[in-house]
Amino acid sequence: MNRIQTLETRDLSASVNNGGCGECQTSCQSACKTSCGVANQPCEKCVEE
Amino acid sequence: MIHAYKLNGYNIILDVFSGSVHLVDEVAYDAITHYEDTPREELLAQLMDRYGDREDVTREDLEGCFEDIEALKAQGKLFTKDAYEGKAFDFKNRNPYIKALCLHVAHTCNLNCDYCFAAQGKFHGEDGLMSFDVGKRALDFLVEHSGTHRNLEVDFFGGEPLMNWEVCKELVAYARSIEKEKGKNFRFTLTTNGMLINDDVIEFANKEMHNVVLSLDGRKEVHDKKRCTITGQGSYDIILPKFKKLVEARGGKGYYMRGTFTHDNTDFTKDIFHMADLGFTELSMEPVVCSPEDPYALTQEDLPVLMEQYEILAKEMIKRKQEGRPFTFYHYILDLAHGPCIYKRISGCGSGTEYMAVTPWGDLYPCHQFVGDERYKLGDIWKGVTNQARQNEFKLCNAYARTQCRDCWAKLYCSGGCAANAYHATGNILGIYEYGCELFRKRIECAIMVQAAEAAQKAQEK
Repeated sequence: MNRIQTLETRDLSASVNNGGCGECQTSCQSACKTSCGVANQPCEKCVEE
Repeated sequence: MIHAYKLNGYNIILDVFSGSVHLVDEVAYDAITHYEDTPREELLAQLMDRYGDREDVTREDLEGCFEDIEALKAQGKLFTKDAYEGKAFDFKNRNPYIKALCLHVAHTCNLNCDYCFAAQGKFHGEDGLMSFDVGKRALDFLVEHSGTHRNLEVDFFGGEPLMNWEVCKELVAYARSIEKEKGKNFRFTLTTNGMLINDDVIEFANKEMHNVVLSLDGRKEVHDKKRCTITGQGSYDIILPKFKKLVEARGGKGYYMRGTFTHDNTDFTKDIFHMADLGFTELSMEPVVCSPEDPYALTQEDLPVLMEQYEILAKEMIKRKQEGRPFTFYHYILDLAHGPCIYKRISGCGSGTEYMAVTPWGDLYPCHQFVGDERYKLGDIWKGVTNQARQNEFKLCNAYARTQCRDCWAKLYCSGGCAANAYHATGNILGIYEYGCELFRKRIECAIMVQAAEAAQKAQEK
Protein backbone atom coordinates (compact mmCIF):
# COMPACT_ATOMS: atom_id res chain seq x y z
CA MET A 1 0.00 0.00 0.00
CA ASN A 2 2.21 2.79 -1.20
CA ARG A 3 -0.30 5.57 -0.70
CA ILE A 4 -1.88 4.34 2.55
CA GLN A 5 -0.16 3.78 5.88
CA THR A 6 -2.45 2.07 8.38
CA LEU A 7 -1.61 2.73 12.02
CA GLU A 8 -1.78 -0.09 14.52
CA THR A 9 -5.12 0.28 16.30
CA ARG A 10 -7.32 -1.83 18.54
CA ASP A 11 -10.11 -3.45 16.50
CA LEU A 12 -13.24 -2.04 18.10
CA SER A 13 -15.47 -4.59 16.40
CA ALA A 14 -13.45 -7.42 17.94
CA SER A 15 -13.66 -5.77 21.35
CA VAL A 16 -17.39 -6.57 21.38
CA ASN A 17 -16.24 -10.07 22.29
CA ASN A 18 -13.19 -9.41 24.46
CA GLY A 19 -14.16 -6.12 26.13
CA GLY A 20 -16.57 -4.95 28.79
CA CYS A 21 -14.78 -5.99 32.00
CA GLY A 22 -15.35 -2.50 33.43
CA GLU A 23 -12.05 -2.41 35.34
CA CYS A 24 -10.82 0.70 33.56
CA GLN A 25 -10.77 4.13 35.15
CA THR A 26 -13.93 6.20 35.27
CA SER A 27 -13.56 8.98 32.76
CA CYS A 28 -13.91 11.88 35.20
CA GLN A 29 -11.65 10.39 37.84
CA SER A 30 -8.30 11.37 36.40
CA ALA A 31 -7.81 15.01 35.56
CA CYS A 32 -10.63 16.73 33.82
CA LYS A 33 -13.69 16.76 36.13
CA THR A 34 -15.47 19.08 33.71
CA SER A 35 -15.79 17.23 30.41
CA CYS A 36 -16.09 13.68 29.20
CA GLY A 37 -13.38 11.87 27.32
CA VAL A 38 -13.35 8.10 27.30
CA ALA A 39 -10.78 7.39 24.61
CA ASN A 40 -7.82 8.41 26.75
CA GLN A 41 -8.47 5.83 29.45
CA PRO A 42 -6.12 2.85 29.18
CA CYS A 43 -7.64 -0.62 28.93
CA GLU A 44 -6.86 -2.55 32.13
CA LYS A 45 -6.85 -5.88 30.31
CA CYS A 46 -4.36 -4.59 27.74
CA VAL A 47 -2.16 -3.17 30.51
CA GLU A 48 -2.13 -6.53 32.31
CA GLU A 49 -1.30 -8.40 29.11
CA MET B 1 -18.54 6.02 8.51
CA ILE B 2 -15.21 7.73 7.93
CA HIS B 3 -13.88 11.07 9.10
CA ALA B 4 -11.34 12.57 6.72
CA TYR B 5 -9.33 15.66 7.60
CA LYS B 6 -6.08 17.44 6.86
CA LEU B 7 -3.96 18.81 9.66
CA ASN B 8 -0.34 19.88 9.97
CA GLY B 9 0.43 18.50 6.51
CA TYR B 10 -1.05 15.08 7.25
CA ASN B 11 -4.03 13.56 5.43
CA ILE B 12 -5.89 11.43 7.92
CA ILE B 13 -8.74 8.97 7.48
CA LEU B 14 -10.43 7.71 10.61
CA ASP B 15 -12.66 4.68 10.14
CA VAL B 16 -15.06 5.51 12.95
CA PHE B 17 -16.57 2.15 13.87
CA SER B 18 -13.44 -0.01 13.63
CA GLY B 19 -11.22 2.66 15.16
CA SER B 20 -8.70 2.29 12.33
CA VAL B 21 -6.56 5.26 11.41
CA HIS B 22 -4.99 5.63 7.98
CA LEU B 23 -2.35 8.13 7.03
CA VAL B 24 -2.65 8.70 3.29
CA ASP B 25 -1.25 10.83 0.52
CA GLU B 26 -3.50 13.31 -1.26
CA VAL B 27 -4.33 10.92 -4.11
CA ALA B 28 -5.55 8.20 -1.74
CA TYR B 29 -7.30 10.90 0.33
CA ASP B 30 -9.36 11.97 -2.66
CA ALA B 31 -9.94 8.36 -3.68
CA ILE B 32 -11.19 7.31 -0.25
CA THR B 33 -13.34 10.37 0.40
CA HIS B 34 -15.20 9.86 -2.91
CA TYR B 35 -15.04 6.08 -3.01
CA GLU B 36 -18.47 5.23 -1.71
CA ASP B 37 -20.47 7.76 -3.70
CA THR B 38 -18.72 7.79 -7.09
CA PRO B 39 -18.73 4.97 -9.68
CA ARG B 40 -15.26 3.45 -9.99
CA GLU B 41 -14.60 4.47 -13.61
CA GLU B 42 -15.79 7.99 -12.96
CA LEU B 43 -13.57 8.29 -9.89
CA LEU B 44 -10.61 6.96 -11.84
CA ALA B 45 -11.19 9.58 -14.55
CA GLN B 46 -11.54 12.35 -11.96
CA LEU B 47 -8.29 11.35 -10.25
CA MET B 48 -6.43 11.09 -13.59
CA ASP B 49 -7.77 14.50 -14.47
CA ARG B 50 -6.53 15.95 -11.18
CA TYR B 51 -3.22 14.15 -10.76
CA GLY B 52 -2.45 12.63 -14.21
CA ASP B 53 0.40 15.05 -14.86
CA ARG B 54 2.35 13.62 -11.93
CA GLU B 55 4.90 10.94 -12.72
CA ASP B 56 3.86 8.72 -9.84
CA VAL B 57 0.17 8.71 -10.79
CA THR B 58 -0.83 6.27 -13.51
CA ARG B 59 -4.06 4.48 -14.28
CA GLU B 60 -2.42 1.26 -13.11
CA ASP B 61 -1.28 2.84 -9.90
CA LEU B 62 -4.75 4.19 -9.16
CA GLU B 63 -6.25 0.77 -9.74
CA GLY B 64 -3.72 -0.53 -7.23
CA CYS B 65 -4.88 2.11 -4.78
CA PHE B 66 -8.51 1.01 -5.30
CA GLU B 67 -7.45 -2.58 -4.60
CA ASP B 68 -5.85 -1.43 -1.36
CA ILE B 69 -9.07 0.29 -0.40
CA GLU B 70 -11.02 -2.89 -1.15
CA ALA B 71 -8.55 -4.91 0.92
CA LEU B 72 -9.01 -2.55 3.90
CA LYS B 73 -12.78 -2.84 3.52
CA ALA B 74 -12.50 -6.62 3.54
CA GLN B 75 -10.35 -6.46 6.68
CA GLY B 76 -12.98 -4.31 8.42
CA LYS B 77 -10.72 -1.26 8.51
CA LEU B 78 -12.54 1.05 6.16
CA PHE B 79 -16.19 2.02 5.72
CA THR B 80 -17.11 -0.18 8.66
CA LYS B 81 -20.79 -0.10 9.57
CA ASP B 82 -22.17 0.78 12.99
CA ALA B 83 -23.08 -2.39 14.85
CA TYR B 84 -23.06 -1.10 18.41
CA GLU B 85 -26.22 0.89 18.98
CA GLY B 86 -28.16 -1.82 20.78
CA LYS B 87 -25.26 -2.67 23.07
CA ALA B 88 -24.95 0.64 24.92
CA PHE B 89 -28.10 0.39 26.99
CA ASP B 90 -27.84 -3.39 27.45
CA PHE B 91 -24.34 -3.07 28.85
CA LYS B 92 -25.39 -0.61 31.54
CA ASN B 93 -28.35 -2.76 32.46
CA ARG B 94 -26.16 -5.81 32.83
CA ASN B 95 -23.60 -3.89 34.92
CA PRO B 96 -25.47 -1.99 37.64
CA TYR B 97 -22.38 -1.71 39.81
CA ILE B 98 -20.62 1.31 41.25
CA LYS B 99 -16.86 1.51 40.86
CA ALA B 100 -15.95 5.11 41.65
CA LEU B 101 -16.84 7.71 44.26
CA CYS B 102 -15.96 11.36 44.41
CA LEU B 103 -15.76 12.02 48.14
CA HIS B 104 -16.48 15.64 48.98
CA VAL B 105 -14.49 15.56 52.18
CA ALA B 106 -14.53 19.34 52.56
CA HIS B 107 -17.21 21.77 51.47
CA THR B 108 -14.97 24.67 52.28
CA CYS B 109 -11.91 26.16 50.68
CA ASN B 110 -8.91 28.30 51.48
CA LEU B 111 -8.92 29.91 48.06
CA ASN B 112 -11.56 32.15 46.56
CA CYS B 113 -11.24 31.39 42.85
CA ASP B 114 -13.43 33.53 40.61
CA TYR B 115 -14.54 30.76 38.31
CA CYS B 116 -15.11 27.94 40.82
CA PHE B 117 -18.08 25.79 39.75
CA ALA B 118 -18.24 24.64 43.36
CA ALA B 119 -18.91 28.21 44.56
CA GLN B 120 -15.79 28.48 46.72
CA GLY B 121 -16.21 24.89 47.82
CA LYS B 122 -19.67 25.22 49.32
CA PHE B 123 -21.58 24.00 46.27
CA HIS B 124 -24.21 26.68 46.91
CA GLY B 125 -24.91 25.23 50.36
CA GLU B 126 -23.47 25.08 53.85
CA ASP B 127 -19.82 24.75 54.85
CA GLY B 128 -18.97 21.29 56.07
CA LEU B 129 -16.33 18.65 56.60
CA MET B 130 -16.94 14.94 56.11
CA SER B 131 -16.58 12.96 59.32
CA PHE B 132 -14.62 9.72 59.41
CA ASP B 133 -17.87 7.80 60.08
CA VAL B 134 -19.55 9.21 56.97
CA GLY B 135 -16.44 8.54 54.88
CA LYS B 136 -16.13 5.00 56.24
CA ARG B 137 -19.78 4.31 55.43
CA ALA B 138 -19.20 5.70 51.91
CA LEU B 139 -16.33 3.25 51.38
CA ASP B 140 -18.46 0.38 52.71
CA PHE B 141 -21.29 1.50 50.42
CA LEU B 142 -18.88 1.43 47.48
CA VAL B 143 -17.64 -2.06 48.32
CA GLU B 144 -21.21 -3.35 48.84
CA HIS B 145 -22.34 -2.02 45.45
CA SER B 146 -19.24 -2.81 43.42
CA GLY B 147 -20.20 -6.32 42.31
CA THR B 148 -17.29 -8.09 40.70
CA HIS B 149 -15.28 -4.90 40.09
CA ARG B 150 -11.85 -5.24 41.65
CA ASN B 151 -10.46 -1.76 41.02
CA LEU B 152 -12.37 0.85 43.01
CA GLU B 153 -11.59 4.54 42.62
CA VAL B 154 -12.01 7.16 45.30
CA ASP B 155 -11.25 10.82 44.73
CA PHE B 156 -10.68 13.11 47.70
CA PHE B 157 -12.36 16.23 46.42
CA GLY B 158 -13.79 19.48 47.67
CA GLY B 159 -13.68 22.33 48.21
CA GLU B 160 -10.17 21.73 49.37
CA PRO B 161 -9.67 18.18 50.67
CA LEU B 162 -6.47 19.04 52.54
CA MET B 163 -8.66 21.07 54.93
CA ASN B 164 -9.85 17.65 56.13
CA TRP B 165 -6.58 15.79 55.64
CA GLU B 166 -6.58 13.69 58.81
CA VAL B 167 -9.93 12.15 57.79
CA CYS B 168 -8.54 11.45 54.30
CA LYS B 169 -5.62 9.58 55.86
CA GLU B 170 -7.89 7.62 58.20
CA LEU B 171 -10.13 6.66 55.29
CA VAL B 172 -7.15 5.41 53.27
CA ALA B 173 -6.04 3.33 56.26
CA TYR B 174 -9.56 1.91 56.63
CA ALA B 175 -9.76 1.04 52.92
CA ARG B 176 -6.37 -0.68 53.05
CA SER B 177 -7.54 -2.67 56.08
CA ILE B 178 -10.51 -4.17 54.21
CA GLU B 179 -9.38 -4.42 50.61
CA LYS B 180 -7.68 -7.82 50.84
CA GLU B 181 -10.59 -9.45 52.64
CA LYS B 182 -13.08 -7.89 50.21
CA GLY B 183 -11.02 -8.70 47.11
CA LYS B 184 -10.77 -5.06 46.09
CA ASN B 185 -8.01 -2.68 45.05
CA PHE B 186 -8.61 0.93 46.06
CA ARG B 187 -7.09 3.62 43.89
CA PHE B 188 -7.12 7.02 45.53
CA THR B 189 -6.84 10.40 43.89
CA LEU B 190 -6.22 13.69 45.66
CA THR B 191 -7.37 16.86 43.91
CA THR B 192 -5.84 19.88 45.62
CA ASN B 193 -5.13 23.57 45.22
CA GLY B 194 -1.81 22.99 47.01
CA MET B 195 -2.11 25.61 49.75
CA LEU B 196 -1.75 23.10 52.60
CA ILE B 197 0.80 20.75 51.05
CA ASN B 198 3.55 19.97 53.53
CA ASP B 199 6.03 17.13 54.04
CA ASP B 200 3.41 14.92 55.65
CA VAL B 201 1.03 15.39 52.71
CA ILE B 202 3.84 14.73 50.24
CA GLU B 203 4.96 11.55 51.94
CA PHE B 204 1.46 10.16 52.43
CA ALA B 205 0.16 11.17 48.98
CA ASN B 206 3.17 9.72 47.24
CA LYS B 207 2.75 6.45 49.09
CA GLU B 208 -1.02 6.06 48.90
CA MET B 209 -2.46 8.18 46.10
CA HIS B 210 -2.67 6.51 42.71
CA ASN B 211 -3.05 9.95 41.18
CA VAL B 212 -2.66 13.52 42.37
CA VAL B 213 -4.35 16.41 40.57
CA LEU B 214 -2.69 19.75 41.28
CA SER B 215 -4.49 22.94 40.30
CA LEU B 216 -2.25 25.41 38.48
CA ASP B 217 -3.49 27.70 35.72
CA GLY B 218 -0.12 28.42 34.14
CA ARG B 219 1.59 31.80 34.01
CA LYS B 220 1.77 33.66 37.31
CA GLU B 221 -0.31 36.60 36.12
CA VAL B 222 -2.99 34.28 34.71
CA HIS B 223 -3.06 32.05 37.79
CA ASP B 224 -3.09 34.92 40.26
CA LYS B 225 -5.90 36.75 38.49
CA LYS B 226 -8.37 33.95 39.20
CA ARG B 227 -6.90 31.86 42.01
CA CYS B 228 -6.64 34.15 45.03
CA THR B 229 -6.62 33.62 48.76
CA ILE B 230 -9.53 34.81 50.88
CA THR B 231 -7.67 38.11 51.35
CA GLY B 232 -7.22 38.57 47.61
CA GLN B 233 -3.57 37.58 47.38
CA GLY B 234 -2.45 35.54 44.36
CA SER B 235 -1.59 31.95 45.26
CA TYR B 236 1.04 31.16 42.59
CA ASP B 237 4.10 31.90 44.72
CA ILE B 238 2.69 29.95 47.66
CA ILE B 239 1.81 26.77 45.82
CA LEU B 240 4.46 26.46 43.12
CA PRO B 241 7.34 25.38 45.40
CA LYS B 242 5.00 22.90 47.09
CA PHE B 243 3.89 21.41 43.78
CA LYS B 244 7.48 21.13 42.60
CA LYS B 245 8.54 19.37 45.79
CA LEU B 246 5.60 16.95 45.64
CA VAL B 247 6.15 16.05 41.98
CA GLU B 248 9.91 15.64 42.41
CA ALA B 249 9.28 13.23 45.29
CA ARG B 250 6.56 11.36 43.43
CA GLY B 251 8.98 8.94 41.82
CA GLY B 252 7.11 8.50 38.58
CA LYS B 253 3.67 7.89 40.09
CA GLY B 254 0.71 9.46 38.33
CA TYR B 255 -0.06 13.14 38.64
CA TYR B 256 -1.59 15.96 36.64
CA MET B 257 -1.06 19.67 36.72
CA ARG B 258 -4.57 20.81 35.95
CA GLY B 259 -5.43 24.28 34.77
CA THR B 260 -8.56 26.08 33.72
CA PHE B 261 -8.61 28.58 30.87
CA THR B 262 -11.18 31.31 30.39
CA HIS B 263 -11.99 34.17 28.04
CA ASP B 264 -9.15 36.04 29.76
CA ASN B 265 -6.45 33.63 28.55
CA THR B 266 -7.56 32.24 25.22
CA ASP B 267 -3.82 31.98 24.47
CA PHE B 268 -3.79 29.12 26.96
CA THR B 269 -1.03 27.19 25.21
CA LYS B 270 1.36 29.74 26.73
CA ASP B 271 0.16 28.52 30.13
CA ILE B 272 0.67 24.90 29.18
CA PHE B 273 4.16 25.62 27.86
CA HIS B 274 4.89 27.58 31.03
CA MET B 275 4.03 24.51 33.12
CA ALA B 276 6.17 22.33 30.83
CA ASP B 277 9.05 24.80 31.13
CA LEU B 278 8.75 24.56 34.92
CA GLY B 279 9.55 20.86 34.54
CA PHE B 280 6.04 19.41 34.90
CA THR B 281 5.33 16.79 32.26
CA GLU B 282 1.75 15.59 32.93
CA LEU B 283 -0.52 18.45 32.00
CA SER B 284 -4.22 19.13 31.67
CA MET B 285 -6.00 22.35 30.78
CA GLU B 286 -9.77 22.60 30.75
CA PRO B 287 -12.19 25.18 29.37
CA VAL B 288 -13.96 27.05 32.17
CA VAL B 289 -17.41 25.81 33.20
CA CYS B 290 -19.57 28.82 34.07
CA SER B 291 -22.63 30.81 33.17
CA PRO B 292 -22.52 32.60 29.80
CA GLU B 293 -23.17 35.83 31.75
CA ASP B 294 -19.88 35.58 33.64
CA PRO B 295 -17.31 38.10 32.35
CA TYR B 296 -14.70 35.39 31.80
CA ALA B 297 -17.05 32.98 29.95
CA LEU B 298 -15.76 31.72 26.62
CA THR B 299 -17.50 33.38 23.66
CA GLN B 300 -18.30 32.40 20.08
CA GLU B 301 -15.57 34.82 18.98
CA ASP B 302 -13.09 32.87 21.11
CA LEU B 303 -13.84 29.60 19.34
CA PRO B 304 -11.57 29.98 16.25
CA VAL B 305 -8.79 31.22 18.56
CA LEU B 306 -9.14 28.14 20.77
CA MET B 307 -9.18 25.84 17.74
CA GLU B 308 -5.89 27.33 16.60
CA GLN B 309 -4.48 27.00 20.12
CA TYR B 310 -5.14 23.26 20.11
CA GLU B 311 -3.23 22.97 16.82
CA ILE B 312 -0.34 25.01 18.21
CA LEU B 313 -0.27 22.69 21.20
CA ALA B 314 -0.18 19.53 19.09
CA LYS B 315 2.62 20.85 16.89
CA GLU B 316 4.67 21.94 19.89
CA MET B 317 4.23 18.53 21.51
CA ILE B 318 5.56 16.82 18.39
CA LYS B 319 8.49 19.25 18.30
CA ARG B 320 9.37 18.88 21.98
CA LYS B 321 9.19 15.09 21.75
CA GLN B 322 11.66 15.15 18.87
CA GLU B 323 13.89 17.40 20.96
CA GLY B 324 13.81 14.88 23.81
CA ARG B 325 11.73 16.99 26.20
CA PRO B 326 8.22 15.58 25.80
CA PHE B 327 5.17 16.34 27.88
CA THR B 328 1.74 14.77 28.07
CA PHE B 329 -1.52 16.65 27.54
CA TYR B 330 -4.42 14.81 29.13
CA HIS B 331 -6.81 15.27 26.20
CA TYR B 332 -4.24 14.16 23.64
CA ILE B 333 -3.57 10.82 25.31
CA LEU B 334 -4.58 8.17 22.83
CA ASP B 335 -3.21 4.67 22.91
CA LEU B 336 -4.63 3.55 19.61
CA ALA B 337 -3.49 -0.05 20.03
CA HIS B 338 -4.44 -0.56 23.69
CA GLY B 339 -7.21 1.94 24.27
CA PRO B 340 -10.66 1.33 25.66
CA CYS B 341 -12.99 -1.34 24.31
CA ILE B 342 -16.23 -0.55 22.54
CA TYR B 343 -18.33 -0.88 25.71
CA LYS B 344 -16.34 1.85 27.41
CA ARG B 345 -16.72 4.01 24.33
CA ILE B 346 -20.49 3.74 24.01
CA SER B 347 -21.79 3.52 27.56
CA GLY B 348 -21.33 7.15 28.60
CA CYS B 349 -19.20 8.68 31.34
CA GLY B 350 -20.85 6.61 34.06
CA SER B 351 -22.18 9.50 36.15
CA GLY B 352 -25.11 8.45 38.29
CA THR B 353 -24.52 4.79 37.56
CA GLU B 354 -20.95 3.57 38.08
CA TYR B 355 -19.73 6.92 39.41
CA MET B 356 -21.30 9.08 42.12
CA ALA B 357 -20.40 12.00 44.34
CA VAL B 358 -20.86 11.90 48.13
CA THR B 359 -21.41 15.11 50.10
CA PRO B 360 -19.91 15.69 53.58
CA TRP B 361 -23.28 14.59 54.97
CA GLY B 362 -23.47 11.35 52.96
CA ASP B 363 -25.90 12.39 50.22
CA LEU B 364 -25.40 10.84 46.81
CA TYR B 365 -25.37 12.84 43.57
CA PRO B 366 -24.76 11.67 39.99
CA CYS B 367 -21.41 13.47 39.93
CA HIS B 368 -19.53 16.32 41.57
CA GLN B 369 -21.02 18.85 39.14
CA PHE B 370 -24.60 18.11 40.30
CA VAL B 371 -23.84 18.43 44.00
CA GLY B 372 -25.95 21.14 45.59
CA ASP B 373 -28.80 20.77 43.10
CA GLU B 374 -31.40 19.05 45.29
CA ARG B 375 -33.40 17.89 42.26
CA TYR B 376 -30.49 15.66 41.38
CA LYS B 377 -30.01 14.05 44.77
CA LEU B 378 -30.08 10.29 44.16
CA GLY B 379 -30.22 9.10 47.77
CA ASP B 380 -27.66 8.59 50.49
CA ILE B 381 -24.93 6.16 51.52
CA TRP B 382 -27.15 4.46 54.13
CA LYS B 383 -30.29 3.81 52.10
CA GLY B 384 -28.58 3.77 48.71
CA VAL B 385 -30.19 5.16 45.55
CA THR B 386 -33.81 5.98 46.33
CA ASN B 387 -34.49 8.38 43.46
CA GLN B 388 -34.66 5.59 40.91
CA ALA B 389 -36.38 7.73 38.29
CA ARG B 390 -33.50 10.18 38.30
CA GLN B 391 -30.92 7.41 38.12
CA ASN B 392 -32.77 5.89 35.17
CA GLU B 393 -32.26 9.15 33.27
CA PHE B 394 -28.51 8.74 33.74
CA LYS B 395 -28.69 5.10 32.70
CA LEU B 396 -29.93 6.34 29.35
CA CYS B 397 -26.93 8.63 28.82
CA ASN B 398 -24.71 7.00 26.23
CA ALA B 399 -23.17 7.55 22.82
CA TYR B 400 -26.51 6.90 21.13
CA ALA B 401 -28.80 8.85 23.44
CA ARG B 402 -28.89 12.06 21.39
CA THR B 403 -30.09 12.31 17.81
CA GLN B 404 -27.50 15.06 17.20
CA CYS B 405 -24.72 12.54 17.93
CA ARG B 406 -25.99 10.07 15.35
CA ASP B 407 -23.84 11.42 12.54
CA CYS B 408 -20.96 12.65 14.71
CA TRP B 409 -17.68 10.90 13.99
CA ALA B 410 -16.37 11.61 17.51
CA LYS B 411 -19.05 9.83 19.53
CA LEU B 412 -16.83 6.84 20.28
CA TYR B 413 -14.33 9.25 21.86
CA CYS B 414 -16.68 11.22 24.11
CA SER B 415 -19.36 8.55 24.57
CA GLY B 416 -22.05 11.20 24.30
CA GLY B 417 -20.26 13.82 26.36
CA CYS B 418 -20.60 15.27 29.83
CA ALA B 419 -24.12 15.11 31.29
CA ALA B 420 -23.42 18.09 33.54
CA ASN B 421 -22.20 20.24 30.66
CA ALA B 422 -25.31 19.29 28.70
CA TYR B 423 -27.51 20.12 31.66
CA HIS B 424 -25.89 23.48 32.32
CA ALA B 425 -26.00 24.47 28.65
CA THR B 426 -29.50 23.25 27.81
CA GLY B 427 -31.32 22.37 31.04
CA ASN B 428 -31.38 18.71 30.02
CA ILE B 429 -28.77 16.02 30.63
CA LEU B 430 -29.61 14.68 27.18
CA GLY B 431 -29.05 18.07 25.57
CA ILE B 432 -26.06 19.06 23.47
CA TYR B 433 -23.38 21.50 24.59
CA GLU B 434 -22.31 22.27 21.05
CA TYR B 435 -19.48 24.62 22.05
CA GLY B 436 -17.91 21.84 24.09
CA CYS B 437 -18.48 19.38 21.24
CA GLU B 438 -16.60 21.62 18.82
CA LEU B 439 -13.63 21.87 21.16
CA PHE B 440 -13.75 18.15 21.83
CA ARG B 441 -13.73 17.21 18.14
CA LYS B 442 -10.78 19.52 17.57
CA ARG B 443 -8.86 17.94 20.44
CA ILE B 444 -9.42 14.44 19.08
CA GLU B 445 -8.36 15.50 15.57
CA CYS B 446 -5.17 16.89 17.08
CA ALA B 447 -4.61 13.82 19.27
CA ILE B 448 -4.91 11.49 16.28
CA MET B 449 -2.66 13.75 14.24
CA VAL B 450 0.06 13.52 16.91
CA GLN B 451 -0.14 9.72 16.65
CA ALA B 452 -0.05 9.89 12.86
CA ALA B 453 3.00 12.15 12.96
CA GLU B 454 4.81 9.64 15.16
CA ALA B 455 3.85 6.76 12.87
CA ALA B 456 5.05 8.72 9.84
CA GLN B 457 8.36 9.44 11.52
CA LYS B 458 8.84 5.78 12.46
CA ALA B 459 8.03 4.71 8.89
CA GLN B 460 10.57 7.20 7.58
CA GLU B 461 13.27 5.91 9.93
CA LYS B 462 12.84 2.32 8.70
